[in-house]
Amino acid sequence: MYDIKALYEAESVQDAIRLLQEHPEAQILAGGSDVLVQIREGRRAGVELVSIYMLDELRGVSIDEEENIRIGSLTSFSHITKDPIIQKYINVLGEAVDMVGGPQIRAIGTIGGNTCNGVTSADSASTLMAWDAIIELTGPEGVRRVPIKDFYIKAKVVDIRPAEIQTAILIPKESYDRCFGHYIKYSMRNALDIATTGCSVNVRLSDDKKTFERVRIGYGVAAPIPCRAYTAEAFLNGKEINDENIKKFAETVLEDINPRDSWRAGKALRQHISVVMAERALRESIRLAGGVVNE
Amino acid sequence: MSKQYKVVHCTINGKEVEQIVDVRASLTDMLRNDFRLTSVKKGCEVGECGACTVIIDGEGFNSCIYLAVWAEGKEIWTLEGLTGPGGELSDIQQAFIDEGAIQCGFCTPGFIMTSWEIVNSGKEYSDDELRKLLSGHLCRCTGYENIFRAVKKTMLRHLGKFEEAEKVNSQGIADYPEPMPFM
Ligand SMILES: Cc1cc2nc3c(=O)[nH]c(=O)nc-3n(C[C@H](O)[C@H](O)[C@H](O)COP(=O)(O)OP(=O)(O)OC[C@H]3O[C@@H](n4cnc5c(N)ncnc54)[C@H](O)[C@@H]3O)c2cc1C
Ligand code: FES
Ligand code: FES
Repeated sequence: MYDIKALYEAESVQDAIRLLQEHPEAQILAGGSDVLVQIREGRRAGVELVSIYMLDELRGVSIDEEENIRIGSLTSFSHITKDPIIQKYINVLGEAVDMVGGPQIRAIGTIGGNTCNGVTSADSASTLMAWDAIIELTGPEGVRRVPIKDFYIKAKVVDIRPAEIQTAILIPKESYDRCFGHYIKYSMRNALDIATTGCSVNVRLSDDKKTFERVRIGYGVAAPIPCRAYTAEAFLNGKEINDENIKKFAETVLEDINPRDSWRAGKALRQHISVVMAERALRESIRLAGGVVNE
Repeated sequence: MSKQYKVVHCTINGKEVEQIVDVRASLTDMLRNDFRLTSVKKGCEVGECGACTVIIDGEGFNSCIYLAVWAEGKEIWTLEGLTGPGGELSDIQQAFIDEGAIQCGFCTPGFIMTSWEIVNSGKEYSDDELRKLLSGHLCRCTGYENIFRAVKKTMLRHLGKFEEAEKVNSQGIADYPEPMPFM
């Protein structure tokens, strides 16, 4: 038995908003792989919950009329990985969420929960940052869209207003068109372990595959919230694909990231692996995009 | 707050059921207490060990971090549903016995449910893929190799590859080279 004060089950998005307005103390329950565990641990014991888990309207991946990839917030990790639209346009996201926990966690965990928890180690976060995802929120005042970099405010705090719920994550066409990316999760175990640091890179190459048209790199656990390494990106954009530029790019990430010491790993280790991961993820992205690295 | 209850309709092991549940109950609580399906184990109760794994609409879930009320409209399978009408064991259960994949047995029902999903998928997974698919379970006794072998052999048999299944050796690897003389 969970220590739950009351459970309100939403029957639609509008119903969820109404329930959240009626019960301002209540917390949103999606898949529960954070919330229910924290109730067991006592950290969230005695809470009121608004369950949105049964809202199938928030599940699934589609291409909307603006040609955005639209990922319903309740889509589970396992369904994201299996989805043909994800595999075709942003395969790296499917690969990244396939590294969350173990298979049963990926069946219950949702991408909405993975972003709304505001956790820097969330395995989807660095990739969503690196692909300039847009967060769609629905609340009493209607629908609003927030770029993911503004959605994260500080550790465990995101821009969700009272009675709002996250309804979708959008990847604009400009962001996914001709883009190829790779995610590396560095952790002590291959399963059921949180990332020490995670790094997601994607590239768009010129038509002759000789220069970087656009490079983006996102990190988890390189700062209190998921972040980008904009200085390193700016350095590489428009540059020729060669060893020297790749190495310089990887070293430059240290100007942007700000990892800290924790019981999982020290700052020096995180800095070191961040550079190594940047280089490796970039090389793999180039390969996926059909480019070759000139010595 | 006074106790809050809800009626849930679902299919458990092929049988349609209706049950009044406390909204605070996990699916583990409901399956064990209301339906006496005690193959569903209470291990860590926080989603880490897989002892409580059941199949919901074709996919393995940890029933400990799943609310009983979410079972509404779902098709659920537990280990009890795998045996025949006279209690005959299914092939995956028999394989766990034959391969010595059970010691204390606490992790076994959960492992078998995930294995059942694997062997009924009609797919032939590589060794690495199999290990990843089984990685949501902890076993404190067997050291995993025997479990791995039971699953791999049953998967191959389901695909009609009986000879290959027999060749799966103690390392669980079908075409493992002969051991080096110094080993
Ligand atoms: C054993 C185990 C291993 C794990 N391993 C990993 C791992 O390797 N990598 C990783 O990234 N995570 C991991 N997790 C954490 C967890 O699975 C993820 O964070 C998951 O994505 C949370 O999603 P959920 O739907 O279960 O969220 P919930 O627990 O339901 O919610 C999480 C938070 O987000 C809020 N929320 C959820 N959905 C919405 C919404 N639509 N709108 C507004 N607010 C919302 C909730 O109020 C809550 O604060 C693990 C968890 C467990 C139990
Ligand atoms: S008891 Fe459910 S995962 Fe351990
Ligand atoms: S047989 Fe004892 S835990 Fe696996």
